[in-house]
Amino acid sequence: MDLTRRKLLKQSSLAAAAIAAPHLWLPTASKAWGATLKKGEPIKVGLLFSLSGQLAVPEEDSTLVMQYAIDEINKNGGVAGHPIQPVIVDAKSDFNVYSEKAKELIIREKVIALFGCYTSASRKAILPVVMSQNSLLYYPTCYEGAECTQNTICTGPLANQHSKDLIPYMVKNFGKKVFFVGSNYVWPKESNKNAKIWLQEAGGELVGEEYIPLGSSEFGPVLGKIRDAKPNFIFSTVVGASDIAFHKQFKQEGFKVDSMPIASLTTGEIETKAMGPEFGAGHFLSAPYFQSLDNPTNQKFVENFLKSKYGKNGSTHYNMEETYLSAYVFKAGLEAAIKKTGNVEDVTSRMIRDVSGGVRVEDDISPEGLIWIDGDNFNSWLKPKIGQCQADGSFKIVSEAKEHVAPDPYSIYPNAGKCTAAGLVAPDGKSRKNVI
Amino acid sequence: MTSLDIAPFANALVLGLSIASIWLIAAIGLTIIYGTVGVINMAHGEFIMLGAYTSYALQSSLGLPFLLCLPASFVVVALVGLIIERGLIRYLYNRPLDTLLATWGVSLVLMQGVRLIFGSDPKYIAVPEIFQSNVEVGFASLSVFRLVVLAITAIIVAATAWLFYRTRFGMQVRAVMQNKEMAASFGINADRVYMTTFALGAGLAGIAGSLFGVLAIVLPTMGTAYVVQAFLVVVVGGGTLMGSVAAAGLTGELQSVFAFVTNDTFARFLLYVLIVVFLRFRPRGLFAVAKGRR
Repeated sequence: MDLTRRKLLKQSSLAAAAIAAPHLWLPTASKAWGATLKKGEPIKVGLLFSLSGQLAVPEEDSTLVMQYAIDEINKNGGVAGHPIQPVIVDAKSDFNVYSEKAKELIIREKVIALFGCYTSASRKAILPVVMSQNSLLYYPTCYEGAECTQNTICTGPLANQHSKDLIPYMVKNFGKKVFFVGSNYVWPKESNKNAKIWLQEAGGELVGEEYIPLGSSEFGPVLGKIRDAKPNFIFSTVVGASDIAFHKQFKQEGFKVDSMPIASLTTGEIETKAMGPEFGAGHFLSAPYFQSLDNPTNQKFVENFLKSKYGKNGSTHYNMEETYLSAYVFKAGLEAAIKKTGNVEDVTSRMIRDVSGGVRVEDDISPEGLIWIDGDNFNSWLKPKIGQCQADGSFKIVSEAKEHVAPDPYSIYPNAGKCTAAGLVAPDGKSRKNVI
Repeated sequence: MTSLDIAPFANALVLGLSIASIWLIAAIGLTIIYGTVGVINMAHGEFIMLGAYTSYALQSSLGLPFLLCLPASFVVVALVGLIIERGLIRYLYNRPLDTLLATWGVSLVLMQGVRLIFGSDPKYIAVPEIFQSNVEVGFASLSVFRLVVLAITAIIVAATAWLFYRTRFGMQVRAVMQNKEMAASFGINADRVYMTTFALGAGLAGIAGSLFGVLAIVLPTMGTAYVVQAFLVVVVGGGTLMGSVAAAGLTGELQSVFAFVTNDTFARFLLYVLIVVFLRFRPRGLFAVAKGRR
């Protein structure tokens, strides 16, 4: 059949009308976007972590502990009588899948909040959709800061809450010369920028800085450079499967952990179990939580979690515990929002975020002790700790901060201004929202 | 750090041999399969992964020492390769694009199967104490385990060369490689040759996987990191054993030297650029198979 101009115009205008029609007929269609809560129905939240691929190593536990926390909350009556219902997706360690699934969770599943991501790259991949839909992301991992958004709450340490303690401790105990090794993406590079400043303040000296491709397990050339540079310790921001290969090859190439330990911000109990304690022993980690923390809440948490059907991986580590805390931060924030509006149906994601400033997780629930959310930048006040891996794979706490440390996302960018709840306020007084 | 002192540079050359041996042992199974059978095996990375999981399973359930796990993983993965060849690949020899898709499907099935049986968390393979230290000879320092990988690679290359050039079976394989129909008309069972070489290639990938599980990590996705390098070696080498050896040696040394002079990321980038330029001028690779048009 031949296509004449008349036919083309007629058919395309009919098609356009058919597509536009529902938005004209159905008055509720325009309200279809955005999350809504209904009285008496479960509260939907999204769990956006990788259950497969190389990021599954740290992230699978986050999904499992969230399910455990949600079961615990629901057993105790849910939030204002409503149970929480998790929508679980697998981000497959692929950044494209993260942003696709984030859109699916927020727009199609209409979750009121998202718990997700581990690497900063994946967080930056989903932030545009979280911000444009005015949704809420709980980011439960340590990160480099330098962001001021109005749609996130973070329960992991910032650079001034872990590396700021770790670098001076290592310089004092092992020596001035340090070699930086990291995976090649934003978090290690920013962390190293922060670490260089703490190093200078501690009087140390940087003898080398190398980045290896994300996912690579070939450390021969880097170890050769370390051998030439002869540092007193190594500061590692290598993540995921590469981290395990790094520790293994470090020992296999003849380096001695007593004279040149690796200090990291991420090598915790699961990584040590995967590489074998003989390769992990003697290295240092700075985190707010260790499985061996000696308080009654933690002992109960470890025991109950490992006994439950979610504890199959056999250990609890800082990333998982920070995710557990974010579930209770959400509960407290949602309860405060419902109390403020008086009606659960009026609560929006943004509202929960706005009332979450100052929300506390007390030490009868928090395995690492009391933490609370900063009212300006919505990161967490916590107590940094440094642990050394022992021969059996557990960590011994060698240093602990006496006071809670305030989160400072712009600690090394003083000219950027101060992050407040309304936006990033520059020194000249101008305020900008959604700074990532 | 770009100092060109002799000692660290020489160390980088020695390390290049080790990197070359890793890439060669990953590629040798693929070379045999591609060179003989002409199948582009997208599941090659998963054969490597299966070798690592076989070692893990044998060690954790039977307590088998690591050195015995190597031949065991050869046998197990060769059997898996045999089943896949008889069950699927055999019907697709005349359709190269379909084998590409089919083997890609096989790789997904294997990955997910392993995930269902063993879980997504990384597994641990124990090795004897002696493999946890290094050897220093003058300026050069290499871990004992890397030397083991180098030695095993050399043995495998020698054994494969002997098999292909000194045995009757090898003669049959070379005949089938050159012209399948003509070889069949001389009474060679071409189907059996294809089946055996596919299983052999799979088994060699299994040995590589067991070694990589110790050097790096055992995960369901570990194969994907090696399959790209393996394909590069096979393509640059041209599909013959000699070609793969030369290609692995060249690319491994270049990677080590570039990484020594600049850094790992830039070294890899530079290496890939050089490979693309090389293939532009010599698309058949270094030592291509002399055979009739397929």
